[in-house]
Amino acid sequence: MDRISETLGRFGGVYLLPLALAALAFVLIGAPSSWATLTVAGLAMGMMVFLMASGLSLIFGLMDVLNFGHSAFVSFGAFVAASVLAALSGWLGADSVFLNAAALALAVIAAMSFGLAAGWFFETVIIRPVYHDHLRQILITMGALIVSEQIILAVWGGTPITVLRPQFLEGAWIIGDVSIEIYRVFAFGLGLAAFIGLYLVLNRTRLGLLVRAGVENREMVEALGFRIDRLFIGVFMVGSALAAVGGAMWAGYETLITPALGGEMMIVVFIVVIIGGLGSIEGTLLGALLVGLTANYVGFLAPKLALASNMILMTAILLWRPNGLRPAVK
Amino acid sequence: MQSKSTYGTIAVKTAVLLIAALLLFAPFLFQDVRALEVAARICIFIVLVASYDLLIGYTGIVSFAHTMFFGFGAYGAAISLREMGPGWDAVALGAVAGVLVSLVVATAVGLLSLRVKAIFFAMITLATASVALVLASQLSQFTGGEDGITYRAPDLFKPATKLMVDGEGKVARLFGVRLNGKLAAYYFVFFTSLALFLLMLRVVAAPLGSVLKAIRENEARAEAIGYRVVAYRTFVFCLSAAVASLAGTIYAVWLKYTGPDTTLSFAIMIDILLMVVIGGMGTMWGAVVGAVLMVMAQYYLRDLMGAAAEATASLPLLPELLDPDRWLFWLGIIFILLVYFFPRGITGTIMQKGAR
Repeated sequence: MDRISETLGRFGGVYLLPLALAALAFVLIGAPSSWATLTVAGLAMGMMVFLMASGLSLIFGLMDVLNFGHSAFVSFGAFVAASVLAALSGWLGADSVFLNAAALALAVIAAMSFGLAAGWFFETVIIRPVYHDHLRQILITMGALIVSEQIILAVWGGTPITVLRPQFLEGAWIIGDVSIEIYRVFAFGLGLAAFIGLYLVLNRTRLGLLVRAGVENREMVEALGFRIDRLFIGVFMVGSALAAVGGAMWAGYETLITPALGGEMMIVVFIVVIIGGLGSIEGTLLGALLVGLTANYVGFLAPKLALASNMILMTAILLWRPNGLRPAVK
Repeated sequence: MQSKSTYGTIAVKTAVLLIAALLLFAPFLFQDVRALEVAARICIFIVLVASYDLLIGYTGIVSFAHTMFFGFGAYGAAISLREMGPGWDAVALGAVAGVLVSLVVATAVGLLSLRVKAIFFAMITLATASVALVLASQLSQFTGGEDGITYRAPDLFKPATKLMVDGEGKVARLFGVRLNGKLAAYYFVFFTSLALFLLMLRVVAAPLGSVLKAIRENEARAEAIGYRVVAYRTFVFCLSAAVASLAGTIYAVWLKYTGPDTTLSFAIMIDILLMVVIGGMGTMWGAVVGAVLMVMAQYYLRDLMGAAAEATASLPLLPELLDPDRWLFWLGIIFILLVYFFPRGITGTIMQKGAR
């Protein structure tokens, strides 16, 4: 038994879980073409959820602050991007890929800058006064979430909004009898790029070293003379911006968004963060992929169970590892 | 601690007694349908908020699944009343079934997640509650889906029921109030709520209440003295779940309708949270004050905001924010300010006055 777990550990340990899940699903589904489509969908969903969840996890790990209002950034990102895309609808409809891409880039940049600004505001105005007090943090961020949702309702109204997609991301590639939606591949690629960027910054730069050291032992880093509160504003802003980008991508994926989007995604994001373990982006990625794949496979195999599938996954993993799969040391 | 009677404490207790008296005589004091509706809702929410206060105020654990238990009780009564027809046996069966389901779920969630960090618990309860909400709207042959269930309450509560008859065989009047089934229904709500509230008041006055406060103040120390923190937390979680479930049953009997929006929705969870924080955490009296203020605000503030929106119709954005549907916006801001500046809420702040 020990030797088996040792061998597994050498090949990646818990990181094998998504692969195991995909293999199991392959056997259960039986049809390779549907399996491939579902896997791509699951990976794309996982990557978008990863964008939304990574900030939450890092913020918690570094500063012991859990932001229940995190989903407000997701909704704001989605709606800001939708508005920008709607305003640039001429560019989107144009024949040139360049104009299409420019409109999309502008939308993502708008969502990102909104996330940065909102993150700064959230951190300095709302959360700063209640550090080290979990109960009040939960309450205050919950209050902020209520207010933000109401602002979205007041600005964009309660009716669903159609999100325009750039021309070059519409449609699907057909390889054999497998059809792969281009947008999903794009979402996966963007998420992967964000993960690699975060991973390199955290593991290869001095800044990342400070963040990781702060997660592990905040007082020590402060005692060595670093201004960890400034670092934290930075992490908070980046985390919020990532959530906003995730929301923008999700808006394009769903193509029809309502103000309830943030609340729905919040549950998924929480489940991902709990599964992955708070404070590490590797864990968050693992959790996000597991949740994305499970949601798609179960949705195909047993649609009735689809809603509860994430809960079941979370319960199973918590029973096995009460602190999540890959928690940061704390 | 709070047993010393400062003038602040006396003021709060007087206010609560006054509220109780107003609620007791509500059908006679405010003779219109809407006021009775408001009074019954206040009674039920006092119980619901007080049971939530056991968790958040006394034990210091944040749960977002309280409406789920409320919903279990309501749906228990609703389903049994629909299947068995109006009768007390159906109400009793529904109440027992609701409490049992609540206890099982609460024990499972509690044992699974109360041993980890408080924040995990909050997240897990939120996820559980959202699954319950989705299930209630999906299993439509069982729960009526989004439309909910409409059913008849026991015969005693029908508006046509005559409690007392005058000389001509018509419904007798007392101080101008018809003694009909509606009145009986209100007093059913009032007295069951009162009984549940007194039960909880007894619980927190007992040694158990002190243990819970000890856990809230210093978990490690409570454990070191020899109290099993996980066991106590799970117990209080189950207790508050059971009480919430009973409150749900009462609400279902009063409303004669049960749907996701009236019992399970996240909006109600937010209402409860606002009531606890506005009223004051950690005092049962806070639940009373918070519930009264919030329910009144829900029913009457909207009218006021509608008028304000019309008055500012020419300005940009302001009318949208003053729209009656946006009342949560303002409550959210008040909520944040309260948590910053008066973390003890209204009653907590008043009760501190004169305490030297």
